[in-house]
Amino acid sequence: MNAMTDAGLLRDYETHAATLPGAGSGWLDGLRKGGAHRFEGLGLPTRRVEEWKYTDLRTLASDPFGHAHEPDADVSVPDMDLGAEPYRAVFVNGHFHAGLSDLTGLPDGLVALPLAQAMQNSKAFLESYLGRVATLGRRHFVALNTAWLADGFALYVPDGMTIERPIELVFIGATGDTRAAWHPRNLFVLHPGAQATIVERHIGQTGTYLSNTVAEIVLATGARLNHFKLQDEAADAFHIATTQIHASADAVYENFSLMTGSSVARNQIAIELQAPGSSCMLNGAYLGRGKQQLDTTTLIDHAAPDCKSSEVYKGALDERSKGVFQGRIVVRKDAQRTNGHQSNKALLLSDKAEIDAKPELEIYADDVVCSHGATVGELDEHALFYLRARGIPLEEARGLLIDAFVDGAIDEISNAAIREAFRSHAKAWQGGNS
Amino acid sequence: MNILSIKDLHATVDGKEILKGINLEMGAGEVHAIMGPNGSGKSTLSYVLSGRDGYEVSKGEVLYKGENLMEMLPEERAQAGVFLAFQYPVEIPGVPTVTFLKQAMNSVRKARGEKELDAFEFKKIMDARLKELSIVNDMVRRALNTGFSGGEKKRMEVLQMAMLEPSLAILDETDSGLDIDALKTVADGVNALRAEDRSMLVITHYQRLLDYIVPDHVHVLSAGRIILSGDKSLALELEEKGYADIVAAAA
Repeated sequence: MNAMTDAGLLRDYETHAATLPGAGSGWLDGLRKGGAHRFEGLGLPTRRVEEWKYTDLRTLASDPFGHAHEPDADVSVPDMDLGAEPYRAVFVNGHFHAGLSDLTGLPDGLVALPLAQAMQNSKAFLESYLGRVATLGRRHFVALNTAWLADGFALYVPDGMTIERPIELVFIGATGDTRAAWHPRNLFVLHPGAQATIVERHIGQTGTYLSNTVAEIVLATGARLNHFKLQDEAADAFHIATTQIHASADAVYENFSLMTGSSVARNQIAIELQAPGSSCMLNGAYLGRGKQQLDTTTLIDHAAPDCKSSEVYKGALDERSKGVFQGRIVVRKDAQRTNGHQSNKALLLSDKAEIDAKPELEIYADDVVCSHGATVGELDEHALFYLRARGIPLEEARGLLIDAFVDGAIDEISNAAIREAFRSHAKAWQGGNS
Repeated sequence: MNILSIKDLHATVDGKEILKGINLEMGAGEVHAIMGPNGSGKSTLSYVLSGRDGYEVSKGEVLYKGENLMEMLPEERAQAGVFLAFQYPVEIPGVPTVTFLKQAMNSVRKARGEKELDAFEFKKIMDARLKELSIVNDMVRRALNTGFSGGEKKRMEVLQMAMLEPSLAILDETDSGLDIDALKTVADGVNALRAEDRSMLVITHYQRLLDYIVPDHVHVLSAGRIILSGDKSLALELEEKGYADIVAAAA
């Protein structure tokens, strides 16, 4: 058995699917049905599925999920200073919330709107891209997400356009006592030379919910996407995110993911560097405590020559938390002069904390420079004593050293204002630690 | 009351007894030198006094201003005014020196019931100390001790001492790794901090440091015990005859 239950995630599917936005249009119905059918076959992954060996989903599968409804309590978006005033789209329990959003002032000529609206207004755009990058394969959560395709954010940036202000996508979970699931789908398409900055914030207030996000990203020649993500879901939430990217010649994809929330989280990124000169920087930090499981799984596919990739991840794990880092780099036969570097460093702050790190390099070309490094350590006792010998109390001394460690990853964020916003979030995590 | 009173102090490291009955009395404002060959227990004494993990006191007592020093956490000792200038200051990448200095000063002030300094007040004090010690600003903008030369590290220790204003400063082999110019600079800094309400315990292998930091008393440590005490002339005698002769004569 490779699958466990489906946790009621397809319950009454036919009935509900008929009410989803855009239902009745052939290609969308077909796409959804394909997803549902695939998930029916796959179910939720168990740890016997190789890619899910280290992350235990039993708490997710233990009880059935219902459908998300509107939150009973008021929701609000806590401020985060991103430097420039962002364009903002807010989703509450998976649905676009117009009242909290502000997309005014976007330049003409692009598509930037909630997916449910795009299903009415930009059908041709969606039909050209949806499901083309995030293919179903044996991806349990992509299949599930596709079955329920309903809302999320659709972005198309035309040739040569740079969107100066960041686009902020806020996903709020607030389900109270209901155990509910939603499946946001984001589609970002940047045409040649286009540039954009996207900040995703996944913030939860209450509830045991599953947020199963899929992002499909297409970067045409010379396009650049700066993609920053903060995952600070509610303490009992499940966060599963799959980001799939296709990068054409000279395209640049930058990702930084900071994970502090949820009980079980998986941040999965897969990029195909499809044409010469494309590059990606996948960076992040995962900070866990309690019994959190925080999983980072990346795949960088060097499918063309002269591409570059780098990865810098840092994890700080306290109490009984567990980190997972699976970083696979494939360099195909024709991908000569590939430059790929990967680093994952974990700091274990308690003797009950755990990290499973699995770097995998598969290199079929002969002229490549590739490296990977994984380290696991504890706080430096000499450094701790030195700080304490200057009067700094133990907890503060630990805080200084943890900050210094995590900063090493946060410093990779290219945007100064966003870097500082993420830094202060990481420091706030510390505050909860003392 | 003496600043420091050590009575029959025995201490072990990894179960092995290194200090075997130290007795030492230090009055306010006095400078005592502890000299000894390698392995005599000099660094162990400094770590026992500052509270490093793994240094177990098996017997005896240490009173600091009449309080049992051994019951205090390392940070509490520092807050109470005990300062260890490290033989090997630790490089801490990622922690800016300025951040560290401010946090250390405010921790100490807070524990002493004084108002914490804001960024402006702190900078004023730091700039004044930097000037007194002729330390360039650039050093405090770098990560703590990271990539510092031996001389820079020791000057950073002196700067910290100047800012934390301890009542008891323990200088653990402050001369190690310094050339004569750097040694003079560091010694000048230490001498500038000599005060009636500040005692210093200068731990050193070599006499040359004591040419610059002139002690009131000199003690010879050998195999975990103080075997000889005298005034500053004892240091010169050691230099002349070597440890072997002195140790043999005292035995």
